[in-house]
Amino acid sequence: MNIVVCIKQVPGTAEVRIHSETHTLIRDGVESMVTVFTMGPPQAEAALREAVSYGVDEVVLVSDRALVGSDTLATAYAIAKGIAKIGAYDLILCGKQAIDGDTAQVGPEVAERLGIPFVAWVRKVEEVGDGKIRVQRMMDDGYEVIEMPLPALITVVKEINEPRLASLKGKLRAKKLEIPMWSAEDIGVEEDQVGLKGSPTQVMRIFSPEPRGAGERLEGEAEEVAQRLAERLKVMGFV
Amino acid sequence: MAQHFLTEEQEMIRDLARQIAQEKIVPMRAELDEQEEFPWEIMKLLAESDLFRIWIPEEYGGLGEGIFGLCLAMEELSRACAGVAVSYAGSALGGTPILLYGTEEQKQKYLPQLASGERLGAFALTEANAGSDVAGMQATARKVDDGYVLNGTKQWITNGGEAEIYTVFTITDRNRGARGSTAFIMEKGMEGFSFGKKEKKLGIRTSSTRELVFQDCFVPTAQRLGREGMGFIVAMKTFDQSRPGIGAQSVGIAQGALDEAIQFARERHQFGKTISSFQAVQHMLADMATEIEAARALVYYAARLVDSGDRSASKIAAMAKVFPSDMAMRVTTNAVQIMGGSGYMREYPVEKMMRDAKITQIYEGTNQIMRNVIAGNLIKEAAAL
Ligand SMILES: Cc1cc2nc3c(=O)[nH]c(=O)nc-3n(C[C@H](O)[C@H](O)[C@H](O)COP(=O)(O)OP(=O)(O)OC[C@H]3O[C@@H](n4cnc5c(N)ncnc54)[C@H](O)[C@@H]3O)c2cc1C
Repeated sequence: MNIVVCIKQVPGTAEVRIHSETHTLIRDGVESMVTVFTMGPPQAEAALREAVSYGVDEVVLVSDRALVGSDTLATAYAIAKGIAKIGAYDLILCGKQAIDGDTAQVGPEVAERLGIPFVAWVRKVEEVGDGKIRVQRMMDDGYEVIEMPLPALITVVKEINEPRLASLKGKLRAKKLEIPMWSAEDIGVEEDQVGLKGSPTQVMRIFSPEPRGAGERLEGEAEEVAQRLAERLKVMGFV
Repeated sequence: MAQHFLTEEQEMIRDLARQIAQEKIVPMRAELDEQEEFPWEIMKLLAESDLFRIWIPEEYGGLGEGIFGLCLAMEELSRACAGVAVSYAGSALGGTPILLYGTEEQKQKYLPQLASGERLGAFALTEANAGSDVAGMQATARKVDDGYVLNGTKQWITNGGEAEIYTVFTITDRNRGARGSTAFIMEKGMEGFSFGKKEKKLGIRTSSTRELVFQDCFVPTAQRLGREGMGFIVAMKTFDQSRPGIGAQSVGIAQGALDEAIQFARERHQFGKTISSFQAVQHMLADMATEIEAARALVYYAARLVDSGDRSASKIAAMAKVFPSDMAMRVTTNAVQIMGGSGYMREYPVEKMMRDAKITQIYEGTNQIMRNVIAGNLIKEAAAL
């Protein structure tokens, strides 16, 4: 099985490791080859080296000035092109969302571009093989079990796995490895579909929303709680 | 912290061992100590991270980073938990005689297993009546057709029962004294090889210390390590390699205790001030840090000397065990002192470090025996001038 893991290097956070880690779950027990793929500035190489120290087989960095300023649509287009260049793949893993942009769009968009099925918010891979994959999708109140044919893409949540530790052999390999860097031309993207030109999104303003208060929980017998609630709502002038 | 002129590979070893120690071992150490259970979960992590490969040459599945590499890992693991560290190092102690004196076949068979960490090693010399005086050994190996038959009991063997590969020392010819001992590579599961009682200890309580019992245990000649009669040489040369590791363990324990003491001293208020503002406390901290740094320098020097193949390493290796272990006992005792009643409580880790430190003055040759070795070498060197 060939597995591609998409990661994004995010400055100043430990979270980035989780994305590069998720492959471990599938790798154990399945004869597979894991390629970690990233698109970003040349220094994103560091994230790929870290991934190698955890034991991934191959890494690819797509980096080009022409790609600077790409929004999620353009990024997904470029990533899909890059993955197509890698060649045969059975499963693509992405993080649920990057913790800087927080859009959670790139994974699903890549699947759309490649014309393959996807499931977002995966918290567990139950089974993989025989041309299909069965996963658990995390919901607010439980989870759904979904099966789909391979090749497919999943975006995973933090709960999917604990980051594995690096190994010394992995670290030594990471130190020496030449990391292939592909340009926009290498992956064959149309110039007007990437970068600022290819990005319809316009960011007007970035702000942190007001944190919501902790809320209050009323506990006890249903009848009595309902009564207290009604009284509170009255006092607050809502009813 | 000072860099100690480490290579990039050595820094990698130190950093990874430190990460595992702080992230995985520190949260578990109190429970491991309390339960006195062998730390298998952590041994598996160390194996996955290639830490068992460090000292083994590359041709046998290792990383070829020598005793120095092993010492760097030992120091960091011991800083978190000396009991975990000795379980890790016990495997190297069992494997070192194979590396030094094994046939090519023995090395090809056993070293890759130890390197991957899939099987642990152990070293069995001590007996009830043979501690410092190893010549008092009673376990025998009697020559028979195609092999030997072992009888006797080894005592206080680190990794006993958990390890699968044992270097065991026996008497093959009682009339030849020191030249009458022979070593064997024994495997768990051999008929006639069983385990006796597991000890309850003061410190390093997560490690296993157990008896090995041999009752008419047959081994083929192929399991003999070195020539007949070479047993004591095998043991002594192994100690030259392993003693800096005990020094590294001591440095790690002491460093862990100093870390705790400094943090505590900066936070604890008495008489309206932090206790770190009292000069009496400051000077204790200063002495502790200075002694640790001196011991570390000695350990690193000894490890590099051993790795260089220097034949006169015995004396320095003994120094690199005696000074750091005495230092670790002082430093951990003072860490408890600085932390007062809190230091004495199991809620804080320094009482464990103090209990753990004591063993470093006893095993792999007591510190009295270390001084005998150092003095013996000094006198021999002077006589040769
Ligand atoms: C936790 C633990 C783990 C161990 N692991 C192993 C292991 O994996 N493999 C193994 O083979 N052994 C192991 N040992 C045994 C250890 O190496 C011995 O305990 C040590 O060599 C000392 O022997 P002894 O305890 O019999 O003390 P003794 O030799 O009886 O010594 C008692 C005291 O007399 C002093 N003394 C003895 N002879 C002299 C002398 N000539 N000059 C001055 N003072 C002297 C000693 O320094 C000591 O203070 C372990 C021991 C412990 C406690």
